[in-house]
Amino acid sequence: MKRLGVGGWVILALATVYFIGPLVLTVIFSLWEGRGHYGISAYITLLQRPNIVKSLLVSVELSLATCAALLVLLLPAMVFMNLYAPRLRPVFEFIAALPFVVPAIALVAGLSALFTGPEWLIGTPFYLVIPYFFLALPYAYRGIDVGIRAIDLATLTEAGQSLGAGMGQIIRLVVLPSLRSALVGSTLLTLAVVMGEFTFANVLLFHTFAVLINEVGQNAPTEAAALSTLSFLITWLAMAGVLLAGRRGGVQLSGAR
Amino acid sequence: MRLAVPYFFIAAFVAFAALFMLAPTAMLAAQSVSGEHGFTLEYLEALGEYRYLVAFRNSIQLSAASALVGVIAGGLIAHTVLKPSAPEGLRSAVTSFSAVAANFGGVPLAFGFVATLGSLGLLTQALKNLGIDIYAMGFTLYSITGLTVVYCYFQIPLMVVIITPALQSLRVEWREACENLGATPGQYWRMVGLPVLLPSLFSSFILLFGSAFSAYATAYALTSGNLALLTTEIGNVLSGDVMSSPQTGAALSVGMIVVMVAVLGLSSAASRRASRWHK
Repeated sequence: MKRLGVGGWVILALATVYFIGPLVLTVIFSLWEGRGHYGISAYITLLQRPNIVKSLLVSVELSLATCAALLVLLLPAMVFMNLYAPRLRPVFEFIAALPFVVPAIALVAGLSALFTGPEWLIGTPFYLVIPYFFLALPYAYRGIDVGIRAIDLATLTEAGQSLGAGMGQIIRLVVLPSLRSALVGSTLLTLAVVMGEFTFANVLLFHTFAVLINEVGQNAPTEAAALSTLSFLITWLAMAGVLLAGRRGGVQLSGAR
Repeated sequence: MRLAVPYFFIAAFVAFAALFMLAPTAMLAAQSVSGEHGFTLEYLEALGEYRYLVAFRNSIQLSAASALVGVIAGGLIAHTVLKPSAPEGLRSAVTSFSAVAANFGGVPLAFGFVATLGSLGLLTQALKNLGIDIYAMGFTLYSITGLTVVYCYFQIPLMVVIITPALQSLRVEWREACENLGATPGQYWRMVGLPVLLPSLFSSFILLFGSAFSAYATAYALTSGNLALLTTEIGNVLSGDVMSSPQTGAALSVGMIVVMVAVLGLSSAASRRASRWHK
């Protein structure tokens, strides 16, 4: 242990203070009731807010819908591209890099300039699934791509075909199970990011969980700390799931910041 | 005929991206050069106005400062835990934590720091009780300096994650060869380690720069859009908080996309150069 050297320990100690400090202090702050009293009154006040359950539900529904969109739109396209049209790979890479190049705030500017209707599309919170799809795209793409490269799709498919399986059977029985950990990782990361996403929801005026935290935070800091604590818990649980699913380094450069 | 289904899915994905990602971007470009009487460069030229220059300057300052701190602190942390003598448990704890914290950010992070370093924050109050009033000394969380402190919370872990492969590719043989030739650790780093790492460090710096440059939610939650950054200016135009035409918002967005394209280009050029040393 001592072989890290004094410098090493100092660096780690400073890092621990910087990274753990705000988390601990946020929890303590959320329990602060003023004049040296601590208790859970901020959490109780929160439960009495009319919007809280509703906006939490909206965010949960959006997370699930975004995951579903990735599974329906991205996954099959990537599997089929690798099997039948590997020449289209550069096109896919280009699309996956776009959300980094076009930041969230610019994409939302473009979306609101281009789409002023129809009401059934832009009038419901589910409109957000479209930008969230692109928010999640870079790392969902990376995760699935790593998964596909690891299993040698072409050989597995040929093996399946020579055993008399149809394409549907191969995908259901061979491809999907081998991509399971990549898919679990991407899904949980998407859940965590969408739960905390603020930019699109705020500009497009939908009342999601992060918008609620911001609204509460403008006049009730302890309640905002309580909501942030809740949000930390959601993120860390989802991320613990990602790490357990065995996908490390799921880093996202174009995120919900 | 059997290929119809696969191509349908591929086409659907590409069409979706074209409609909701490429088309809005093209729309921004078109909007930024169209005035009442057709084509105009008026709005792009307006980016040279003082208030937008301030926003550009603030954004660049914030991104560069937080990227610099991120590169140095993240690089040192990664270097420390990747030492062969470091305990395995420590290494995996730091790597896992970084993977999580790098994805962190936005509104909850902002209010976490308000609870810590805001004017009523617990750390601020504790320091005040010790006689150190940081707000009287000129610090405020709602400034470029304050935002830099907050941004480092995702920048440093991001650095740990992206620099780890490059640090792992520094081969033990090089270090041993230096030691055999009588070099001190300082000489090793100055003459071998850092020159080999330089392109990776540069590429990481650029990526971190881009990640801070495009951040909106954290800054907005802390400053309500009152601190002029490129992203918050675009947000203000979009939500109608300022008297600006949509074209100005589009022009700002185009300016931002140009910077991000340059970021991506520079960083991939640098990492191509770095890959000479990887096997």
